[in-house]
Amino acid sequence: MNEMARLQQRRLALYGWMLAAPALALMSLFAFYPAIATFWHSLFTRGTSRRPSIFAGFENYGDLFADPTFWTVATNNLIYAGVTIPVSIIFALIMALWANAHIPARSFVRSAYFTPTILPMIAAANLWLFFYTPDLGVIDQITGFFGASPTNWLGQPETALASVIIVTIWKEAGFFMIFYLAALQTIPPDLREAARIEGAGRWTYTRRVLLPLLMPTTIFVFVNAMINSVKLIDHLFILTKGGPNNASKLILYWIWEMAFAYFDSPHAAAMTILVLLVLGLVAVAQFRLVEKWTHYR
Amino acid sequence: MTSQPPFIRINSVSRVFNGGNGVHDLSLEIPRGSFVVLLGPSGCGKSTTLRLIAGLETADHGTIEIDGKDVTSAPPSKRGLSMVFQSYALFPHLSVAENIVFGLKVRKTKKDEIKTRLDDALRVTGLEGYEDRKPAQLSGGQRQRVALARAIVAGHPLCLMDEPLSNLDAKLRHAVRKDIRDLQQRLGITVVYVTHDQTEAMSMADIVILMKDGRIEQIGNPADLYLKPATAFAAGFVGSPPMTLIPANALPASVIPDGVNTNILTFGIRPEDLILSTEHKDQPWGIPATVTGNEFLGAETFVFVAIPGTDGATARLPGRVEISPGTEVSLSWAGAAAHWFDGEDGHRLTPTGPSTPAQDTKITSQPDTATSIL
Repeated sequence: MNEMARLQQRRLALYGWMLAAPALALMSLFAFYPAIATFWHSLFTRGTSRRPSIFAGFENYGDLFADPTFWTVATNNLIYAGVTIPVSIIFALIMALWANAHIPARSFVRSAYFTPTILPMIAAANLWLFFYTPDLGVIDQITGFFGASPTNWLGQPETALASVIIVTIWKEAGFFMIFYLAALQTIPPDLREAARIEGAGRWTYTRRVLLPLLMPTTIFVFVNAMINSVKLIDHLFILTKGGPNNASKLILYWIWEMAFAYFDSPHAAAMTILVLLVLGLVAVAQFRLVEKWTHYR
Repeated sequence: MTSQPPFIRINSVSRVFNGGNGVHDLSLEIPRGSFVVLLGPSGCGKSTTLRLIAGLETADHGTIEIDGKDVTSAPPSKRGLSMVFQSYALFPHLSVAENIVFGLKVRKTKKDEIKTRLDDALRVTGLEGYEDRKPAQLSGGQRQRVALARAIVAGHPLCLMDEPLSNLDAKLRHAVRKDIRDLQQRLGITVVYVTHDQTEAMSMADIVILMKDGRIEQIGNPADLYLKPATAFAAGFVGSPPMTLIPANALPASVIPDGVNTNILTFGIRPEDLILSTEHKDQPWGIPATVTGNEFLGAETFVFVAIPGTDGATARLPGRVEISPGTEVSLSWAGAAAHWFDGEDGHRLTPTGPSTPAQDTKITSQPDTATSIL
């Protein structure tokens, strides 16, 4: 009997491994192995035909920290994340609240907001390239109407990063709105009425009831926005290519440049590892903190 | 109570929705401190009436006064009332205590007053010890009490309740019914209570307002509604099992009293007023019927009978009665127990002439017939 039970248990464990095996194999092949290989690669010098690659320890990392471009790019990305994340979340929330209200042509409003999301980032960037074109673009046409002189929005260091940020917000807010819209529809209208009877105005209701109830969605959207602020660089290829003078260069674009434009893969690998490390730490901290603040139904 | 001005006065209020539902030209007065039940089937406008009083709906026409003030276009928070929702509408992210004092906090009540009021409300509703729980951690009955506590904590003189018991199981419902009634009497507040359950209305109300299709069918105390239903609809809606309503042309002409002769006449009889007899020769008169089934409920038995030309009738007999289906019986009733309604618009008709002699004899023979069945 006892023997039988042990056998049974072992068989269950075996089933477990068998069920996990396909996913485990694929993950190992396409996620774990590349990550480890990248780390390993980042510890070697760049090999050329005259000087083969040798083990260099953390020298590549030291080089990165010594490079002023590293600090420019890191600052750019911090500003980029610091603006795109909150602004696109706030826009998404406001649009969702509006699209969820009983307004005429509600479905039209919703789909209009959602349109930027359907466009590929490359297409959106090309569209904005026309908007930003000095003198001829929509923006200069409008500002010119009021007497402003033409501006090369993408071509000068002062405005390049801001222009890229605006495109990202335009692209992301509609996508995040969908999540807020879905969450809003699960909140029973009774709560609104109960709050009204208790004397809560629109703002009090939003602040004390709606926002706390939307907190799980906000977390989800926040994590997504954060990941996107690092990984979404498609538009840079069309709009600025990181320029002028690195003014709009983001980390991932820089990594791409190092690896595939300058063929300096060890430094690119080191930078990749740094990004993974930071993202991992932030994700852990987020979920730890957020679990305390959030009410999940 | 009648000498005082009414606490709530609704003056020919209309609120019509796209589908045609709503309330039409509704007027009613609710005295201070009373327990008023708005009763009716779904879609009769009872919830709309409540929401009009609450200010969650705005009247298309007419005026609403609460406590002498015209509140027709006032927002809900300016009407001095609280409300219990069918779903309880508790804020899921707030604890019991925070839910209860939500309104007090919104109105910026002083901290120590909030504390005393919260303690009072918790004690009255028996929720002490549950302050820090979230609604999801409470049972249905406890959530219901949180909703009640939130309604009474502000001390508003008027409390509106929209089917507050419909999410509770039958046993709990009975207990909470009593609790709500006790609470209302203790606090001396006016309660307007919406339900589709006539048992709730009969057991709780001082005044029942029976509604149908956005209009008032009858206003009265529960006894009035039961004993003198103003319409055939009221007769059929109140009482369980409901009053038997059959077209009078299925009855012999001799049982129809004077003064109720209209083209189409409906006869109504409460199940407990229907006398069943198996021995035809004892009866001076009787309506032949066939038993189709019976339900034994402990203290009483319902016997269902088929009467040719009608949908049948139900008789309520005390104790345990066994009549096998198919038994031929004779039905009779005391003349005063019969209700007569106009078959077209359903209003109640009052016989003018004396009851026929044949019917009067029935009153004396009633006890005999009951025993003869057993």
